[in-house]
Amino acid sequence: MIHCSIYKTLQTAQGTINLDIFFEIEQGKLVTLFGPSGSGKTTILRILAGLTSPQKGRIAFNNETWFDTKNINLPPQKRQVGFVFQEYALFPNMTVEENLQYALGKAQANAIVQELMYVMDIEQLQNRKPDTLSGGQKQRVALARALVRKPQLLLLDEPLSALDSEMRLKLQDHILKLHKEFNLTTILVSHDFSEIFKMSDTTMMLKNGKISGQGIPSEILVNEPGSGDFQLIGEVINIEKENFAYVISVSVGNNIIKINSSEDEAIQLNVGDKVLVSLKLLNPLIKKIS
Amino acid sequence: MIDPEPLWLTAKLALITTLILFILSVPLAYWLAYTKARGKTVIEAIVSLPLVLPPSVLGFYLLLAFSPAHSFGKFLENYFDVRLVFSFSGLVIASIIYSLPFMVHPVQSGFAGLSPSLREASYTLGKSKWQTITRILLPNMRSSLLTGIVLTFAHTIGEFGIVLMIGGNIPGETKVASIAIYDEVEMMHYNNANAYALILFIITFIILLTVYFLNQRFSRSSYI
Repeated sequence: MIHCSIYKTLQTAQGTINLDIFFEIEQGKLVTLFGPSGSGKTTILRILAGLTSPQKGRIAFNNETWFDTKNINLPPQKRQVGFVFQEYALFPNMTVEENLQYALGKAQANAIVQELMYVMDIEQLQNRKPDTLSGGQKQRVALARALVRKPQLLLLDEPLSALDSEMRLKLQDHILKLHKEFNLTTILVSHDFSEIFKMSDTTMMLKNGKISGQGIPSEILVNEPGSGDFQLIGEVINIEKENFAYVISVSVGNNIIKINSSEDEAIQLNVGDKVLVSLKLLNPLIKKIS
Repeated sequence: MIDPEPLWLTAKLALITTLILFILSVPLAYWLAYTKARGKTVIEAIVSLPLVLPPSVLGFYLLLAFSPAHSFGKFLENYFDVRLVFSFSGLVIASIIYSLPFMVHPVQSGFAGLSPSLREASYTLGKSKWQTITRILLPNMRSSLLTGIVLTFAHTIGEFGIVLMIGGNIPGETKVASIAIYDEVEMMHYNNANAYALILFIITFIILLTVYFLNQRFSRSSYI
């Protein structure tokens, strides 16, 4: 169980915001954190890991206090946290295997390194230097390295945002697998709605330094749940006027769906908006294609 | 035939200066690169002073400081029985001060150029500052370290004014190659002066060439 109540003033590109956060997360849950950039998501992870100090508050993990305004502020080394950075932060002077071995504790056997390389499917890369790896491979190494110390809390700062969608889906499965196998409590920062739906037990929406919503993804992400038979979440990539109607192209995963809409609906949308597409009164056909 | 002693003395002075400066500069550069302390700018300005001050100014004040007629020099002589004026140890100390920016600047920008997440990743993996510096930071800024080492070495070889001010011209003690050249010219031995000068010219050129060559290889090898 994590208890986290923190306060910190942040200088961001959008001006000063007051990060004022309270949440508790149960052991073994995977929680996603999302919100516009500059809302303080990364800072929250950094504060939990001990890389940034809040001005006041209290952080406790399983009855151990990590931070207390009064007198406690454990350094990152003592917090037993696995942290995966957005830009991977692999050590360029070491091979993949050495990167993992570097993380070993004093009395820790090398077996965990081998196990993690096997689980993450990076054994064949073990003698390569990070600069020779692709983004997806680097991310797998970074994940494996973060788990060598067997932390109980895994913090992931948009680890998948730089990857193409195929690699992203694969790594999502890897993360889910590790999360269960190592019995982790995981906090994942994500921008991707489908990722949030797929991965999280609960999600927290952050706005201007405050948590503006917390709960299961479908409740939080979909403000007005449609009454449709099924719903898809996608991004508007094109709005076109054809005669009297509008055609809106929405990208969902790897597919593009074209939807006819009225002018009233169309003028509310912009390219890049996240939208919910729901279908009503239809009986969808499912056909096997492979 | 020229006397090889000044050349050996130059090499000895450059080696000792570089070694001591390296040991002093790594922690200083680390502090300058990461501190948010207010005094930082003052320290940075002090470190850079030898870049702009005439060596004779520095030499003059060091001469005063080291002189047994003044308090610091007297203190050294009374308590440690050391006299730094016109001695090799004095030259080493003067060279360290004079070449300080040549070591600190490249190493500092080496630290500053590393992504902060490397350091932070190491901390979250439970590693101390010391382990992080020796196993992650320094090995990933080899080219900056090399630049600092070589610039310091070459700059010490090229010292003249400051050596003349506080070292004088004592054979085997403070008569380094650059002083020997001056000496030979004064005595109209142009051939000898030329021999010393040419040797210094070639050595420093080879040193610089090696650095640029190695640096190119370092930067390329990280992408292969």
